[in-house]
Amino acid sequence: MDADLLAAELDTHRLYLLRVAQLQLRDADLAEDVVQETLVAAFSARDGFSGRSSVKTWLTGILKHKIVDAIRQKRRQPIILATFEEETDLEDFDPMFKDNGAWEAPPADWGDPENALSRHEFMDIMELCLERLPPNTARVFMMREIMELESDEICKELTITANNLWVIMYRARMALRHCLEQNWFTPQAHR
Amino acid sequence: MFPHRLTHMLSCKEVSRLLSRGEDRRLALSERVKLRLHLLVCAACARFARQLAFMREALRRYKT
Repeated sequence: MDADLLAAELDTHRLYLLRVAQLQLRDADLAEDVVQETLVAAFSARDGFSGRSSVKTWLTGILKHKIVDAIRQKRRQPIILATFEEETDLEDFDPMFKDNGAWEAPPADWGDPENALSRHEFMDIMELCLERLPPNTARVFMMREIMELESDEICKELTITANNLWVIMYRARMALRHCLEQNWFTPQAHR
Repeated sequence: MFPHRLTHMLSCKEVSRLLSRGEDRRLALSERVKLRLHLLVCAACARFARQLAFMREALRRYKT
């Protein structure tokens, strides 16, 4: 790809990369830095871009390494300790369920959710829901679902236990599900 | 008949946790059997399972 063309193309992905980095790092300056490094790295490695994947996928792959590096360097404060206990505590009490383990409010009918996938408004709502997750929860969830790191890699990078990870992932999925349901699939019920 | 420990029915709360866990590691055979039995008879959890799968797909689309 022509260098100018590539530079322009890279720039169109800057905002997306920033959002992903910000969601995981929760630090605007640091997010800005890793995105800058990602774009520079992509530009200097442009000959290695095969064109087999989309530019966005290629950039996301580079960003993943930059984010892991940033987290590694910040390891002395691997997680935001003030809220970590709260976020990994899975008490027996769970407002989604009754005492006997039955659903308090069963999941609503989402109809044909696949239709939402091609709507950018849906993606905006999903992003909003991700932003609402508590900071550690968002970081772990994004590493797993967006960066597609394996569970044990995440535990190693963040020095958390497998159990911490599962609790956080469960919490994140329940929260995301609830948020999507309220804001996209059944909004009229909550007005 | 299955042995009793296999037919012990999971609660919906246990099922929702197990379904989430199954996205991050391979479940044991006994867990998969219990899950399947529960999902056969519980429409709410079957719906929840489909929603989890949908969310994974949505997150995959989000980044491409």
